[in-house]
Amino acid sequence: MDKKIRVLVAKPGLDGHDRGAKVIARALRDDGMEVIYTGLRQTPEQIVTAAIQEDVDVVALSILSGAHNHLFPRVTELLVEKGAGDILVIGGGVIPEADYDFLKSKGVAAVFGPGTPTKSTIDFIRNNIKRK
Amino acid sequence: MSENENLKKAVEAYEAGVQKSLAKFPERRAEFVTGSGSPVKRLYTPLDLEGRSHAADLGLPGEYPYTRGVQNTMFRGRFWTMRQYAGFSNAEESNKRYKFLLEQGTTGLSIAFDLPTQIGYDSDHALSQGEVGKVGVAIDSLADMEILFDGIPLDKVSTSMTINAPAAVLLAMYIAVAEKQGVTPDKLNGTIQNDILKEYVARGTYIFPPAPSMRLITNIFEYCSKEVANWNTISISGYHIREAGSTASQEVAFTIADGIAYVEAAVKAGLDVDDFAPRLSFFFNAHNDLFEEVAKYRAARRVWAKIMKERFGAKNPKSWMLRFHTQTGGSTLTAQQPDNNVVRVAIQALAAVLGGTQSLHTNSRDEALALPTEDSVRIALRTQQIIAYESGAAETVDPLAGSYYVESLTNRVEEEALAYLKRIDELGGAVKAIEQGYVQQEIQDSAYRYQMDVEKGDRVVVGLNKFQVKEKAPEGLLRVDPSVGERQVEKLRALRAKRDNGRVKAALAALETAAKGDANLMPPILEAVRAYATLGEICDVMRGVFGEYKPSVMF
Repeated sequence: MDKKIRVLVAKPGLDGHDRGAKVIARALRDDGMEVIYTGLRQTPEQIVTAAIQEDVDVVALSILSGAHNHLFPRVTELLVEKGAGDILVIGGGVIPEADYDFLKSKGVAAVFGPGTPTKSTIDFIRNNIKRK
Repeated sequence: MSENENLKKAVEAYEAGVQKSLAKFPERRAEFVTGSGSPVKRLYTPLDLEGRSHAADLGLPGEYPYTRGVQNTMFRGRFWTMRQYAGFSNAEESNKRYKFLLEQGTTGLSIAFDLPTQIGYDSDHALSQGEVGKVGVAIDSLADMEILFDGIPLDKVSTSMTINAPAAVLLAMYIAVAEKQGVTPDKLNGTIQNDILKEYVARGTYIFPPAPSMRLITNIFEYCSKEVANWNTISISGYHIREAGSTASQEVAFTIADGIAYVEAAVKAGLDVDDFAPRLSFFFNAHNDLFEEVAKYRAARRVWAKIMKERFGAKNPKSWMLRFHTQTGGSTLTAQQPDNNVVRVAIQALAAVLGGTQSLHTNSRDEALALPTEDSVRIALRTQQIIAYESGAAETVDPLAGSYYVESLTNRVEEEALAYLKRIDELGGAVKAIEQGYVQQEIQDSAYRYQMDVEKGDRVVVGLNKFQVKEKAPEGLLRVDPSVGERQVEKLRALRAKRDNGRVKAALAALETAAKGDANLMPPILEAVRAYATLGEICDVMRGVFGEYKPSVMF
């Protein structure tokens, strides 16, 4: 039997909007994944520590405050530093499309904007996880 | 035979006729529901209001239970306050935006603070990195506040400040700026949001645990009742509860449950209900279901009036009145075909006006993408002006009253809200219900149900799951200059070098002593602010005494 995909849903920064994070967490769980949600106000260091401790396959970052260009790359850098660069990192929230390329160049595999069906995120994770 | 019996027969005949024609002309769907998912019947008639009392349910405008509005002439006297929430980058930039808005005809200011300010961190705090000036203006000390209101006479404008956990500090800064302008506190008009309970539930900018937070709020009620008599000391907010995914009835219920908790805390602290209740205000959302939203505002007024009169024994009619600000629903905006949002906002704003709002913020079309540009903000404001001057909706009081449908919806929202309030009372009140995660769970369940309805196509969102087009990435979005954080840190460094640090130290020590005892904290906070202690320094003193809130995480 396949091992269940483990996902850390995380809220980096000070942003308190977590409707999207909670909806996606529940949708991933309903799809059969094991989901851990960090809660609000996590530093990149806390997120990376949790990802490694929980041995997750995916880190899903949600942010609506506009601090994504600062915080997302910190998470991907720290993961690589800690030897966990094979964890798939994806992001979502109010993020202008103009920033997608920058974030991808920093190791965020995909960015999902407002209105993305949860199914798209689920499919992306299933097709792109690097850890088997 | 009575008129109603005749009508009953006629409606039965109508339904029989409908059943016959349904075979040939089926309806669009098997079940029709409101925006919140409540069932909607095909037809509403006087039979739906049978047994209801006009006097008890509605009364007249400006009269208990205020279902029809809190003033007797409503918008025939004057329009609602057109108040656009704004703020970004630093105090200089935001000051320019406020002056632009005032020139364009807004009638009140509404200050958006950045997240570090809302959570009581200075711009040079490690957790502030990347967040300074992003979702609002960065305020570190009285020096920033002086720039923010430069050239804006505080005895002439009313100012709403979206600030919660550190509300006492920002209010103190506002009072101190007014002092420098030569304006005494009794001349100030405005609102602080100061609603910590919904932060735990839906918005996330909490600092301290519930007990000291409730004390700070009660201290503000008491201080303002004596010193800043025209200030709205709290804006009890359903807005963010709705944005987090609640239904319309849940929005009313959870907001009023929070309101009950604040009144109870203040009464327990020894305040007379009529000394502070007239300055309580509310803040609701406006979503797309026009009739349900209008019913929601009407029901909320009725529920609150009865609670204040019957449960708390308030004697002053002003204590019974639910006055509220409305903002259109951010979560209803789509990133897809963003110009369509102008139409959504117009419908939502109309609902707020038909529901008798006291002030209104209309969202801009581009807010699912970024902070709004000046052009988008102008359209949003023009939307209000068109409703005010062209639509006719403001020419009579409570225009939808007497609609069988709207009155039925009003009754239903009231019943559903009362059922929730009963449940929350059983759990020991709003604070306990929040600590147990009950309120959060109810909201999350509604949010998830809504998302699944959209994904199954049961709920159509135009441009999102139907009528899609291929689109280019939008251009011309507002970007906050990333160097604003560095400049803000530089300003702080200069301030700390220049100010009288002995005075700051003494003021912070006095605040600490007061926090450990049970004195009102407003006077020592005001003194610390006048000494140019920073927001972070003041909040750190209170963190040291009060500790920090640690939420339980669930989804």
